[in-house]
Amino acid sequence: MSELLVQERSVVVPGESLAQGMDFLPGDNAYREKDKIYSKVLGLVSVSGRVIKITPLSGPYLPKTEDKIIARVMDITISGWRCDTATAYTAMLNVRDATTRFVKKEEDLSQILAIGDYAVVKIVNVTSQNLIDLTMKEPGLRKITGGRIISINCQKVPRVIGRQGSMITLIKDKTGCDITVGQNGLIWIKGTLEGELKAERAIKHIEAKSHLEGLTEKMEKFLGESA
Amino acid sequence: MAYTKRVDGRKIDELRPMEAKAGVIKNANGSASFKIGKTWAIAGVYGPREVVPRFMANPRHGILRCHYTMMPFSGSGERIKPGRSRRAQEISMVMEQSLAPVVDLSAFPNSVVDIFVELPQTDAGTRCAAISAASIALADAGIPMKDMVSSVAVGQVDGMVVADLNYNEEAYPAIVSDIPVAMLHNTKEITLLQMDGEISKEDLLKALELAKVATEKVYQLQVKALKEKYAVNNEDN
Amino acid sequence: MIVNRETIAELAKENKRLDDRSLTEFRQPILVETNISWTAEGSARVQIGETVVMAGVKLSIEKPYNDTSDEGGIMVNAELSPIASPEFETGPPGIKAVELARVVDRGIREAKAIDLKKLCITPGEKAWFVIVDIISINDGGNLLDVAGLAVLAALKTARFPVVDPETGAIDYKQKTDKSLPLTKEPLPITIYKVNGVLMVDPTNEEEKAYEARLTVGSDAKGTISAMQKGGDVPLTIEEIGKMVDLALEKASFLRKELTKALKA
Repeated sequence: MSELLVQERSVVVPGESLAQGMDFLPGDNAYREKDKIYSKVLGLVSVSGRVIKITPLSGPYLPKTEDKIIARVMDITISGWRCDTATAYTAMLNVRDATTRFVKKEEDLSQILAIGDYAVVKIVNVTSQNLIDLTMKEPGLRKITGGRIISINCQKVPRVIGRQGSMITLIKDKTGCDITVGQNGLIWIKGTLEGELKAERAIKHIEAKSHLEGLTEKMEKFLGESA
Repeated sequence: MAYTKRVDGRKIDELRPMEAKAGVIKNANGSASFKIGKTWAIAGVYGPREVVPRFMANPRHGILRCHYTMMPFSGSGERIKPGRSRRAQEISMVMEQSLAPVVDLSAFPNSVVDIFVELPQTDAGTRCAAISAASIALADAGIPMKDMVSSVAVGQVDGMVVADLNYNEEAYPAIVSDIPVAMLHNTKEITLLQMDGEISKEDLLKALELAKVATEKVYQLQVKALKEKYAVNNEDN
Repeated sequence: MIVNRETIAELAKENKRLDDRSLTEFRQPILVETNISWTAEGSARVQIGETVVMAGVKLSIEKPYNDTSDEGGIMVNAELSPIASPEFETGPPGIKAVELARVVDRGIREAKAIDLKKLCITPGEKAWFVIVDIISINDGGNLLDVAGLAVLAALKTARFPVVDPETGAIDYKQKTDKSLPLTKEPLPITIYKVNGVLMVDPTNEEEKAYEARLTVGSDAKGTISAMQKGGDVPLTIEEIGKMVDLALEKASFLRKELTKALKA
């Protein structure tokens, strides 16, 4: 006698009972104990067939290969740059992965990226200890100049991007800004002062309201009316 | 039983009025404010983040580190000199042990989740308030936890087994026992148990049974605090 | 928000800021709550923008110092608790906390804002000693000014505890309605120089972009009671004059906000 104990999209806390009986399966951030399934985080319930998963409302970023993130240079070593990824783990960007041009041995690396610089990079490898290797060689990856970088909870990044990029495109159109979203929750916005401020406020609004229904309509209204 | 009526008129299983709120410190990854009677704890969670000092890092999973601090003006008498007292160190440690069993940091090796708790005012039950606040803050931070941890003190005052002793009860001029307890909501397992005073075994078991009811009341409030933050009618955020 | 220093500096030159404020505008909201801690003789929680600070006043009776046998004393202490920012560490107060405490302290002590002689109970034997503790709760920038306001609010609303007339013991659980002998209301305001332009109430990011800063403590009459220059870049006398003017203007603004809050 299996029974779902919560509703789709309801907010649950860690340890909250989600379902009773063996017919359901625990998905992401859920676990089974005897014949019940429980949540493992504060999040929204999402049921897909027999699988119950929880979408976290907040939480740390887990580095994944192929993720595009925004990182900050902390240190320059002989082989490259050590970067802060806004997580517990630092990342290495090797000289040979930074640029397609040939870099001479004596070249001053801080001319490419100095300590304190931010860059849009991609994760190419994550070890079992969560040590990260980066690349800046692919198109779209570069040192960040100008504009502003804001920080949101990385769990909200999918909502900021939207289905097939629909939300981020809406924001870019309405504000005239270039916007690069890092999977680690750092977002680079570049445009006019007014445009950047509007985009920042819109993104913060999404972060606060992402768990509510009708987000797209809310955002269209928000971007339409704000100065 | 000489103590038949509680000094503030409460029933034996009645807790002092409580208030809880999640997300009170902007810079923290998760935070909470928890008040029970006149005891007030504010918790802020930072992490998982890099471990400093490095030698404390665990390559298998992240570690939990609690820092309990009473503000200098939070004692019921004179000013408390700032600095880590031995009492604060011990409380920090038992806090860690009360929360570690539910927290899952296996996905974050070599990292630390720091929990800071500051208390602006106190009136008994401080470590329990700190743990209850910390539990909300950990959930608010999105740290994977298999259950919430709820904490309140039980005990006996001159033969009467009660829940949530206030300062006057702890200091009651008779045989008193103060038992801080932390309990997991689903299994009712105990992750914090300390005691000072004197108590018989029967009364102890009675007190622990009472703890189930008492911690459940704390749990309801913790859940409410977390869900309120994301309530649909919280439109003015 | 994180951003390159250059952007803040460029915007400042055009009299613009990242959050749409003018260079001399304080953030909103400005919230002042007093008597937030029942165990303190006086206390306050102040929020400006996202910066939150708590301050608490404790009073005790001690033997006066030998060279001021007819005076009580005052001391200000500050803790930049790591609860307020990922950049604060555990342990004894670092230099930032020490500077903050000492600058706020001087503004009160050197202004003789509290009549220390009125704190004397029995010359050479007993006097009241006031200790104010500042605890950061969230560092959103400009901690010093927010702390200064919290300390003033706590001092203004502090009340002496009851003293047993026979034993001389303090009953901290009961307060009288006697307030501290506050003759002046000192308030520190810090003016920041960013790319040659003067700025007030910076966020954390704006704080990182400053060249020089000047904290000016003043009282309601506009008399200066403390100063502290910070930053690597020198200031001209003319600049200092302008910064002082701006600080006095802003102190007056915050004092009005405090009065509004205390009336409510």
